Amino acid sequence: MQARKKYVLLGLCACCWLVLFYWGGGVQLRLLRLLTRHRGEVVRPWPNWTDRAFLPRYAHLDELQTDPGTAESPRQRRQAWSAIYKDSRCRMETCFDFTRCRRRGREGFRVYIYPSEKNDRVSESYRKILTSIGESRYYTSDPREACLFVLGIDTLDRDQLSGQFVPNVDERIRGYPLWNDGRNHLIFNLYSGTWPNYTEDLGFNIGQAILAKASLNTEHFRPGFDVSIPLFSKDHPQKGGERGWLVRNTIPPRRKYLLMFKGKRYLTGIGSDTRNALHHIHNGKDIVSLTTCRHGKDWEKHKDLVLSGSLSPEESLDSFICATCVQAACIPVLLSNGWELPFSDVIQWNQAVIEGDERLLLQVPSTVRAVGNERVLALRQRTQMLWEAYFSSVDKIVLTTLEIIKDRVFSHISRNKYMWNSLPGGLLVLPEYSTHLAHFPFYYLGLGVSPGQEFTAVIHAVSPLVSQSQPIMKLLQVVSKSKYCSQIIILWNSEKPPPSRSKWPPMPVPLTVTDGRRKTTSRFLPHVAIETEAVLSLDEDTVLLTSEVNFAFLVWRSFPERIVGYPPRSHFWDPLKRAWGYTSKWTNDYSIVLTGAAFYHRYYHYLFSHYLPQSLRTLVDRTSNCEDILMNFLVSAVTHLPPIKVAQRKQYKELPSPQGTKSVPWANPEHFNQRQECVNTFANWFGYMPLVHSQFRLDPVLFKDQVSVLRKKYKDLEKA
Amino acid sequence: RIRMYATGKYSSRGPALIPRMKTKHRIYYITLFSVVLLGLIATGMFQFWPHSIESAADWSLDKRSVHDAPLVRLPVSSPIPERGDLGCRMHTCFDVYRCGYNPKNRIKVYIYPLQKFVDELGVPISSTGLSREYNDLLSAISDSDFYTDDVTRACLFIPSIDVLNQNSLRIRETAQALAMLPRWDKGMNHLLFNMLPGGPPDYNTALDVPRDRALLAGGGFSTWTYRQGYDVSIPVYSPLSADVELPERQPGPRRYFILSSQTAIHREYRAELERLKEENGEALLLLDKCSNLSQGAAAARKRCYKGQVYDYPQILQESSFCVVLRGARLGQAALSDVLQAGCVPVILADSYILPFSEVLDWKRASVVIPEEKLSEMYTILKSIPHRQVEEMQRQARWFWEAYFSSMKAIGVTTLQIINDRIYPYAARTYEQWNNPPVVKWSSVNSPLFLPLIPPRAPGFTAVVLTYDRVESLFRVITEISKVPSLAKLLVVWNNQNKSPPEESLWPKIGVPLKVVRTKENKLSNRFFPYDEIETEAVLAIDDDIIMLTSDELQFGYEVWREFPDRLVGYPGRLHLWDHEMGKWKYESEWTNEVSMVLTGAAFYHKYFNYLYTYKMPGDIKNWVDAHMNCEDIAMNFLVANITGKAPIKVTPRKKFKCPECTAIDGLSLDQTHMVERSECINKFASVFGTMPLKVVEHRADPVLYKDDFPEKLKSFPNIGSL
Repeated sequence: MQARKKYVLLGLCACCWLVLFYWGGGVQLRLLRLLTRHRGEVVRPWPNWTDRAFLPRYAHLDELQTDPGTAESPRQRRQAWSAIYKDSRCRMETCFDFTRCRRRGREGFRVYIYPSEKNDRVSESYRKILTSIGESRYYTSDPREACLFVLGIDTLDRDQLSGQFVPNVDERIRGYPLWNDGRNHLIFNLYSGTWPNYTEDLGFNIGQAILAKASLNTEHFRPGFDVSIPLFSKDHPQKGGERGWLVRNTIPPRRKYLLMFKGKRYLTGIGSDTRNALHHIHNGKDIVSLTTCRHGKDWEKHKDLVLSGSLSPEESLDSFICATCVQAACIPVLLSNGWELPFSDVIQWNQAVIEGDERLLLQVPSTVRAVGNERVLALRQRTQMLWEAYFSSVDKIVLTTLEIIKDRVFSHISRNKYMWNSLPGGLLVLPEYSTHLAHFPFYYLGLGVSPGQEFTAVIHAVSPLVSQSQPIMKLLQVVSKSKYCSQIIILWNSEKPPPSRSKWPPMPVPLTVTDGRRKTTSRFLPHVAIETEAVLSLDEDTVLLTSEVNFAFLVWRSFPERIVGYPPRSHFWDPLKRAWGYTSKWTNDYSIVLTGAAFYHRYYHYLFSHYLPQSLRTLVDRTSNCEDILMNFLVSAVTHLPPIKVAQRKQYKELPSPQGTKSVPWANPEHFNQRQECVNTFANWFGYMPLVHSQFRLDPVLFKDQVSVLRKKYKDLEKA
Repeated sequence: RIRMYATGKYSSRGPALIPRMKTKHRIYYITLFSVVLLGLIATGMFQFWPHSIESAADWSLDKRSVHDAPLVRLPVSSPIPERGDLGCRMHTCFDVYRCGYNPKNRIKVYIYPLQKFVDELGVPISSTGLSREYNDLLSAISDSDFYTDDVTRACLFIPSIDVLNQNSLRIRETAQALAMLPRWDKGMNHLLFNMLPGGPPDYNTALDVPRDRALLAGGGFSTWTYRQGYDVSIPVYSPLSADVELPERQPGPRRYFILSSQTAIHREYRAELERLKEENGEALLLLDKCSNLSQGAAAARKRCYKGQVYDYPQILQESSFCVVLRGARLGQAALSDVLQAGCVPVILADSYILPFSEVLDWKRASVVIPEEKLSEMYTILKSIPHRQVEEMQRQARWFWEAYFSSMKAIGVTTLQIINDRIYPYAARTYEQWNNPPVVKWSSVNSPLFLPLIPPRAPGFTAVVLTYDRVESLFRVITEISKVPSLAKLLVVWNNQNKSPPEESLWPKIGVPLKVVRTKENKLSNRFFPYDEIETEAVLAIDDDIIMLTSDELQFGYEVWREFPDRLVGYPGRLHLWDHEMGKWKYESEWTNEVSMVLTGAAFYHKYFNYLYTYKMPGDIKNWVDAHMNCEDIAMNFLVANITGKAPIKVTPRKKFKCPECTAIDGLSLDQTHMVERSECINKFASVFGTMPLKVVEHRADPVLYKDDFPEKLKSFPNIGSL
């Protein structure tokens, strides 16, 4: 009995020991390695040499500081370069004539389109591209002032088997007197080569022209010179474009399918290996591989996808799949080795897609599964951002191409990567305004800074100064009393010349009077005098309290990218007229705040004057109306958010005009109809309705609460 | 866990056995037992501290000199690698199978042991041999996480042949030596570091040594030799970085506007610069080498202008912009000096690929001007806003500190870039690469950054945390069920001693009602991301909040839809700085400001449940559960910290008091409880390392709230009734 116990105990001990021994795993391995090390040749980390201090420098200071110099002078070298580095080795320095773009900024960057000849067939897609350029702010009809030239010949489809193939391009372009071996020319192309090899051959010699091409191969891509663009179909909208399909940030961000591959399937030929391998990871449940045979119908499944695969450089459809996929807010999983991603110059794709190596295809499922929820959430939002900023319409694709080239030409006045890759996207960030991130309303949070503590009041004056009791006098006093007001600018838009300095009341802040030249849009001109980030735009007859101004300014500081104002208006869709309607009635929601009294960032002045087309501004000037609606359109198009209405003591009452000479414009029904028309014209130019409704207004925390008035900071607002 | 259980069982039985045995047996057993125990301890020791044993064995081997390196004689006929292929890309010339998939997403780098290569006549292939810089680089890599000593597991190989400076190399022999490396295999996955490429007369912009498919980390690439996405452009290291310590200067205006400190600038450029100086006078300082000093280390540290002597590189700190012109080579060591001085480099080197340009955004730290436009330099620089110049000065210094300051920084950055290519899904972000620590610290990257107004239709899920106030709970459920957008009701039953009432007793409501029973009575259960929550919007509500009207709740949901990344709640609170006590204070009085909303009634995104449960910093979660208080403050801190935004208080203040219960403030009214909440704020602020809460003076009301307008036409008429 005793012996048995003894053995049991002993056995138990041995077991414990063994268990412990095996537990950490690799113990034996370590032991083995330790033992072998002492015997065999030792592979060890880089030694800590005893004579480290005596090692020589890799180069003497002299050698580093005193350049050996070359015989060739820099000017000669540059000239020699353009002879050596051309055609397939083109770079901006050698193949682009900068002297054609002498003038600064937008003025210097003008694009000319060759007139197309009568019997030319121009495809729908190319027509859209030409329209986009023709309507852009860079277009010029004078080839002498052009910096960039675009062909009138359709070069989109260079597949010889295609119906849209244009022959004899070579001879025709050589006939152009401005061709100059392609210098400063931009050539758009979507398809090149033909089945089965789909080479990059365009069928004509592009010379030193910049190639904007879809599905570019890295091998043929001339970095810093060519532009890789996304492929788009002929149905791609000219402007506006659908918003992305991501409307919710669901948590966990998984959808029905984890991974889907889509693409043509060839039994033989290029990429068939990969495609066959793909078939192996198809499991029918959360990883599906869709091939050409089922093309079309399963498109809707994209909406259920988290991630989607895209394949192979040779298949030109790729970028199209990718674009659709981006819109559907599934994250592209790119497996096409050697494919230059669209706008890769400026877009940081690794923040928006999952890139994998085609050779490691079988690892993709595990890689994809290992992507954390947070990252999926971020990737999805980022793909949406990119879609909306650069891909959703032909306008955006073309403009992005032009802006990329413009940034190269004026490299010291260009956007940095941060501007291109964060909201609202590079197209809405004009580097001529500033290249400094903190000068824009979009980057405060990303930079960890907060908006300035002061504002500039811009008062739009239209009636002549006749008495000291005019509303503008009262307004000046109210505004200048605000502790956040740093200066006041009066924009004199009256027929009479501005009154002398002494006529204005004395004020604690500097007062400037500038001439608005009787244009309504002048109130949104980017006056250099505006030194603060915040602008308080005012009509001369606005009735406000200092505390209202102060409160609204503090609200603006929380929402610096939006318009913060007082009187709201709303738009709606009128199904009977099949048009947009505009209402000034009291409603439960609003989408516009009038800029007769509103805070916004001064950058919007610049956007208003330089981003919007001349035609819209002319409309505003001609009718002396709608400038506020246009401003609201612009800001909502940039932010995708509604404006913010803040508390106001009095509702706008239609006060009788003090002079009694002129009737108030907004009492006029014609005025109202004009505004209705404006809403439709603007929506037409933007290509969609950017205005967004909001259902709340922001009040002071204790507004109209049953608390002692003494406690309230903004008690004035509650007085009747 | 199993092991612990087994040993526990054993030891508990042990003592019970012993007294029953005979003495000699007892001694025998005790001896046996101690032997076994000792064995166990020894095994355990071995398992948990094996590294100390290994490294102890290594010490003796480190006492070695560079001269001990084994000699390798190169036969004249030994093969020469091919010249690098300009078409090489990661997917064509790099063997990715060696790197494979690993959970850490980190490449493994192997360094060849040092060997001394000589030709048949015994002449070494390099005039310097191993340089101090290359040695620093290799030892930094061997100390980094990338290093492996297992050649079979390596993904990247770094030869110990020093090719930093082409001038000291015999090109043909160096190439032969490379080809002799045991794993060379056409240069596949090999990485060479070179800072001074080319030689007279034409100075190639890439290393002239034939190298097959090896990757090149080069310090002077031009756009024609740089294989984008394959090579890495690195800086030319300046040894002055190690010798001279330049303290960081506050960004701001400097004595000079533009400074040119390079010697031996081509006379064409110098003439141009002189002309600029004539036009703009004192703003420019053009330095050259001192004619009275002979060559040598002393001369390298001095610069002269018309007989006046300046210390180099200290003088660089006196200028806003510093010119870095190309010479025979594109890469200049001066760039490193300039960055170190916090001077904004003005780079004039056409076609130059800036160091680490794959990841660094040089537009934020430098001005690149085409050589042709040298004459316009002054006007171009003058047009840059002051604030941006300051920003660039800060950025320049940060680039130097992080990526230029030492061979270690250069080496590790290069490997990180290659690592990012091989595991792109785990790559470092733009912000991580480019934001200096001060920006990283103060900026936020909201996880819900896309401006979306989610559709109304999915509605929200109400999560009611309850313990045993069944009657009150049922009233709350009945009240909430009237809200049109309610999609689901989730009751978190936090009482383990009592079962929830029978199903038949619960109020009948039109939406699904689920009860979740928790394992422990913890406050954090309220913020758990239950799978049952299928909507984005969550309404957290206490079981005694019966005073909120259906209009108020629906309005709250509408406001949340416009602010899906914020807490949208009803009762607001404030944090204040107590000057007397020198710490934060919690304020629940009626104030004009708000920095928190109570989660006793608040809408928020379900994502924040994830964050609260899995990403709460420090021990905050445990602290909250232990004190049964402040979970709402913790949530406010968390959301404000990650979004940088204030919460939104909706609708007028109302008395959160119900007739029969102690109300939401019930506990808070207790004085000690209030003191504890102040403590919470101080505790959380110290854990977060900052005070993330933002103070605002606004709340959200319906557009027509209290307006002179017929109530029945308002969308949310029943708001603010007490």
